[in-house]
Amino acid sequence: MSDVFLLDGEQVPFTVGQTVMAAARAAGRYIPHLCWHPEFQPHGSCRLCTVKADGHFAAACTLAARPGMTVDNRTAELDDQRRTLLQMLFVEGNHFCPSCEKSGACKLQATAYELKMMTPHFDHFFPDRAVDASHPDLLLDFNRCILCELCVRASRDADGKNVFAITGRGIKSHLIVNSPSGRLADTAMSLADRAASVCPVGVILAKGRGFVIPIGERRYDRQQIGAAEEQ
Amino acid sequence: MGFELETADHPERLRRVAIDPLSRVEGHGKVSILLDDDDRVRQVRLHIVEFRGFEKFIQGRPYWEVPVMVQRLCGICPVSHHLAASKAMDVIVGAGQLTETAEKLRRLMHYGQILQSHALHFFHLASPDLLFGFDSELSRRNIVGIAAAHPETAKRGILLRKFGQEVICATAGKRVHGTGSVPGGVNKSLTAAECDFLLADSARMIDWSLAAVQLIKQLHRQNPALYDNFANFRANSMSLVAHDGSLDLYHGQLRVRDADGKLLFDRVDYQAYGQLIAEGVKPWSYMKFPYLVGLGEERGWYRVGPLARVQNCDRIGTPLAEAERQEFLAYAGENGRSGPLHATLAYHWARMIEMLFAAETIAALLADPALQGDQLTTSGQRVAEGVGVIEAPRGTLIHHYRVDDDDLVSVANLIVSTTHNNQAMNSAVREVAKTYLDGRRLTEGLLNHIEVAIRAFDPCLSCATHALGQMPLEVLLYDAGGAIVGRLCRASGGGLSS
Ligand code: SF4
Ligand code: NI
Repeated sequence: MSDVFLLDGEQVPFTVGQTVMAAARAAGRYIPHLCWHPEFQPHGSCRLCTVKADGHFAAACTLAARPGMTVDNRTAELDDQRRTLLQMLFVEGNHFCPSCEKSGACKLQATAYELKMMTPHFDHFFPDRAVDASHPDLLLDFNRCILCELCVRASRDADGKNVFAITGRGIKSHLIVNSPSGRLADTAMSLADRAASVCPVGVILAKGRGFVIPIGERRYDRQQIGAAEEQ
Repeated sequence: MGFELETADHPERLRRVAIDPLSRVEGHGKVSILLDDDDRVRQVRLHIVEFRGFEKFIQGRPYWEVPVMVQRLCGICPVSHHLAASKAMDVIVGAGQLTETAEKLRRLMHYGQILQSHALHFFHLASPDLLFGFDSELSRRNIVGIAAAHPETAKRGILLRKFGQEVICATAGKRVHGTGSVPGGVNKSLTAAECDFLLADSARMIDWSLAAVQLIKQLHRQNPALYDNFANFRANSMSLVAHDGSLDLYHGQLRVRDADGKLLFDRVDYQAYGQLIAEGVKPWSYMKFPYLVGLGEERGWYRVGPLARVQNCDRIGTPLAEAERQEFLAYAGENGRSGPLHATLAYHWARMIEMLFAAETIAALLADPALQGDQLTTSGQRVAEGVGVIEAPRGTLIHHYRVDDDDLVSVANLIVSTTHNNQAMNSAVREVAKTYLDGRRLTEGLLNHIEVAIRAFDPCLSCATHALGQMPLEVLLYDAGGAIVGRLCRASGGGLSS
């Protein structure tokens, strides 16, 4: 017998120790998120999954479900906040969807569509970020990094390689490659690594693939983000 | 003769990504006319403020991204850039010969683009001048005015364009900024249902294109004094032609004829375009002046686009368009004339013959089962450098890239049709100024005539400036001492100021 909590007025069953996010996901319910992934330890950094649990704001990906708890998720208030967070992410990096090969399969873009974000609203930062093309099979385009740390977790926990790390603080924080030269070519990273396919946006890319998947058949063309599998 | 050029937003200050160059840089044309002490026109210059920063946007980007990215270059012919870049990247990935399916789908996409762009150019942008007169009321001189006075013509123009867009959508995945063409091939083929859907309309598109040729032909014949003489100047012509000498807007080899129609260069492999043409620089213009190396800057300039193409080829491979080409050539030889037609307004006639060719070609392709094949891409030995050339709606388009071992583009050089036609458009404007400038007064009539001449080549200089919509134009008149004695300006909204 599992317990239940209420998510936007509907019952969601959970097992003891499960987070609100994991239980919602298991029940086929969508809580917007970027840094959460079922295969990895929750991180609670993107704040997109912020819900109101019994009147208090909390990150659904780290919040343990409790019996009878009332959780607001897709309310206008929360979605407004999420939209603002997304807008900040869009202007902090260089996201140019029309010529990005991740378009249509990008979690940031799909979430922005889901939350009906129409404009970036804020002024663009236009950060100066490099591309690391040193690896024969993989390209890193740091312009699009949203610092979700999924690659950090995947490389450390799934691949046992520790290829990526976040350095710097606040607005200066950025993703780096853990090698003396700082180049991906000088790490043990390979195309088959979990970290090579985990990036929700268009930073870590297999070389030479580009736009090989036609419009209409891309991940979020086929399924709305709320129903799509995690990548 | 140092006239100050207006300073556009400096491209170097634009940052890559997230900024849409379309919204940041509005290109415009400027004409400066210099008079001598007797108020005779001594010098006329068309300055096109070109945005050349795009090459910088491409540098450092992975090669496979480029065919999609370069579509931002032009609001009217993004597909031409998509395909020209793809063709260059075919070379880079060693795809010497595309699969039959890929080659035919790319052709279909391109002829869809030709159809939609030519329809837009003729019906929406040029036909108001031609049907109402160059000096007719401006508020009426647009597609809305055409719809009121010639509803059937306007309707056909709109639907021809829409059909071209549907062909693009089916092959590229989207009407604008699709992704259909990739290095080495395409990313999708068509279903039988998609082919049938488009095929159902294709016969009507041929009929309407034929009617459009009749319309422009009639206008020519009704007023030869204007049509034959307006902005007429002699020039060499350059275009791609197919291996068999026939008209081919997707692929071929470069051919150049002189002003008398004699072959100057033929069967030039465009990978070596740099040996055929060079880009001259003039201190007064941001835009370069390409010329044939073998003839030098003075004599080596040329025109590109429909007027060059229709007269450069030996034949057109579709029957209706070929019959119309024959009639065009016969007209060119009437009244004791010989050699190619050099009349600027004949661009529109040639353009409509090409639209008919595109409509016929699309119908033939749609009936071809190869469009439904599943062999989409090929590749081979990766090389460092590639050139892609295509005949875009307004003329020859060259994309040239060098790609480093790490797969990033290190050098990009693009020569768009507007640039090829830079000297030709200058010549056209010069002819107009000589004929229509009245003393020291700049009139709206002169401005109108200059616009009509430029529009015969390029409706809004969009490929060079990335502007979309009506081209803002400024005309300045200088006396012999260099003082401005007249200024007339039309903003993109149509408003006139002096
Ligand atoms: S590279 Fe991708 S996975 Fe890694 S932190 Fe940036 S956005 Fe997240
Ligand atoms: Ni263009």
